[in-house]
Amino acid sequence: MKPRHKRALFIVAALVVIGVAALLILNALNSNIALYVTPSDVAAGKSPQGQAFRIGGMVKEGSVKRDGLTVNFVITDLAKDIPVAYTGILPDLFKEGKGAVIQGRLNPSGQFIASEVLAKHDENYMPPEAKHALEQAQKNGSAK
Amino acid sequence: MIPEFGHYALILALCIAVIQGVLPLVGAHQGRREWLMLARPAAQTVFLLLAIAFVTLAWSFYVNDFSVLYVAEHSNSQQPVMYRLGAVWGGHEGSLLLWVFLLSTWTILVAQLSKALDEFMVARVIGVLGLVTSGLLLFVIATSNPFTRLLPAAQDGRSLNPLLQDPGLVFHPPMLYMGYVGFSVAFAFAIASLLSGRLDAAWARWSRPWTTAAWIFLTLGIALGSWWAYYELGWGGWWFWDPVENASFIPWLVGTALLHSLAVTEKRGGFKSWTVLLAITAFSLSLLGTFLVRSGVLTSVHAFATDPKRGVFILIFLCLVVGSSLALYAWRAPKSTMGGKFSLSSRETLILLGNVFLVVSAGSVLLGTLYPLLIDALHLGKISVGPPYFNSVFVPIMVPLLVLMGIGPWASWKNTDLLTVLKRLWLAGLVAIIAGISIPLIMGEFTWLASIGFVLAFWVIASGCLQIVRQAKAGKPTRSFIGMQFAHLGIAVFVIGVTMVGAYQEEKDVRMLPGETVTVGGYQIQLQGVNAVPGPNYNAMRGTFLLSKDGSSQTTLYPEKRSYFTSTMPMTEAAIDVGLTRDIYVSLGEELGDQSWAVRVYYKPFVDWIWGGCLLMALGGALAISDKRYRMKLKGKTA
Repeated sequence: MKPRHKRALFIVAALVVIGVAALLILNALNSNIALYVTPSDVAAGKSPQGQAFRIGGMVKEGSVKRDGLTVNFVITDLAKDIPVAYTGILPDLFKEGKGAVIQGRLNPSGQFIASEVLAKHDENYMPPEAKHALEQAQKNGSAK
Repeated sequence: MIPEFGHYALILALCIAVIQGVLPLVGAHQGRREWLMLARPAAQTVFLLLAIAFVTLAWSFYVNDFSVLYVAEHSNSQQPVMYRLGAVWGGHEGSLLLWVFLLSTWTILVAQLSKALDEFMVARVIGVLGLVTSGLLLFVIATSNPFTRLLPAAQDGRSLNPLLQDPGLVFHPPMLYMGYVGFSVAFAFAIASLLSGRLDAAWARWSRPWTTAAWIFLTLGIALGSWWAYYELGWGGWWFWDPVENASFIPWLVGTALLHSLAVTEKRGGFKSWTVLLAITAFSLSLLGTFLVRSGVLTSVHAFATDPKRGVFILIFLCLVVGSSLALYAWRAPKSTMGGKFSLSSRETLILLGNVFLVVSAGSVLLGTLYPLLIDALHLGKISVGPPYFNSVFVPIMVPLLVLMGIGPWASWKNTDLLTVLKRLWLAGLVAIIAGISIPLIMGEFTWLASIGFVLAFWVIASGCLQIVRQAKAGKPTRSFIGMQFAHLGIAVFVIGVTMVGAYQEEKDVRMLPGETVTVGGYQIQLQGVNAVPGPNYNAMRGTFLLSKDGSSQTTLYPEKRSYFTSTMPMTEAAIDVGLTRDIYVSLGEELGDQSWAVRVYYKPFVDWIWGGCLLMALGGALAISDKRYRMKLKGKTA
């Protein structure tokens, strides 16, 4: 085989590998991305249907109620409130009045069933997604 | 006064680093020998000055000098001495100082250990490293000076983030940075050879041990970080596909490709431009990692700087480095890319194929890491790309790579009959298939994913054993050969660990009252009680758990929930019973009232094999470096 052909063959092989990887990637990106939605958007019905998504916001003061391992609380952007239920152990930094990001799905009655609660970072840190939600709500509020 | 010495040393180091970066390069270009001679003394001076700056900062931490802003922000007088010193690199400014200091450490090592090398080459390598050093020092001094004063001085400092108050902090960042920064040497060698137009086997032989050394540190650094996350973050995972973890893993993948490609360039003179491109890429990705972590664009445990000025600076620096080196590459890269002739079925082809898989997997991880940033920058919404993406893309790419790993070492250079090779490997294939069927059955549950994992791991192990037998018959094996076997065995051990944990771990979140028992993986864990225990700078609630199996008690575990005095944030300290074939992991959640506690227990089979595998890989790398043909060089150097 001539070197030129050989090189062409290598390029074709590399392209095949990259092509397969691209297919895998597109497929995985389609089904494994979680959109960030603000509590106001959820209340307005603008959340993805039948798919997991993330809500960023603040844990409302006085809303955390425990029942054994199940925790009920409210996540808010100070304009709209969304009730959340989570079963399991909450991260160390989960606290009323602090920012949190939760992942899960809405059930038919409008309650958010969280599969994951994220509140890492240090105590002074606000997740940008939670901050973003609060700012959006404020903007909409002042526009009205 | 002392911090001012450090500050002064930093500025002086920048001035000398500029000299180290410019004069030797110009001198090499114009053939001025006296300018070349400046390279070594300049590098030594920079090292000395940075060492002074570093020690000065450590001293300020040691004596609790809270008139230094950085010290006041990351340490307080109650903090144990070890963590006060660890806090030197516990924040943004100090960790960048560590970065630059390690860079000059690598530079000085190159300067000292390459006396046998052509002086033009050495001068160029030191010069390129000098330019990188200058850029980073400028960044430190202009945007992140660790010696900034706080006047009037604080009474006491803020605490270091409790997460970081752990022995892991003392070792993980220096190790990881040593790896990150180490790729700068491979980069400098590549640029120097492009400049001189001498891309030959000698160049590959010179940069190989340096690349391997950087790769060893990176491997250990990533493994340490993963282990630290496992026991310190309290939730029992060993890898989260966190953007910052990815930022260290991507250079590792490319660095691994570089190691193999360098072998071809050294032995056969092939793949020259590809190797150069990989060296440039590996270092650029290390810089990109620094940018991602330090700019605050990523949200993760590691992101502590949110000053946009810093991000912009690193981005400009990154563009300069990548842009100029790629331009140089386009201009000077050798035209004949294939080097020595080889047929389609040869070791060269298999290594190239493995390279393609490694680079493509690195690309897919990079894409998943940057995708949310891209979408956000285009105002298309905010998204997160989670572990499922990485698992479903990365794992399939690794399958053919592991198959190749079993075949590659059997193929000979230039030309080999693949059919004969495969015939020799029938035994390895048989072992792999038997393992793939029997181990899942022994573990009690057959899943295809687990089965594939075991087939691949045992395929690599069995093929390695056959290679050792063949080599032993042929004569005394070289250190590089043994090194390769260790590294490949490490991958197999790692795969076994990952497969076992992925398929057979058990996790339970339960509410427990004192006296109650929970069963996980055939072990009984009984809560005996929870007591308050004071620590040096925190108060803890400590649980006492009795671990037993089949009625006989094994050990007692003490997980803690700590609250640090200087922080309102509680900290979970898990308790782990470590074993060769399984870990039992207990961590305390919160108190649920009437003396009951939320408790998380894990049964993690073979989880320590994950880090054991990494250790084997690093050991393999160390053996490869100690090979005779590099040692001969060392002797030549000292003579």
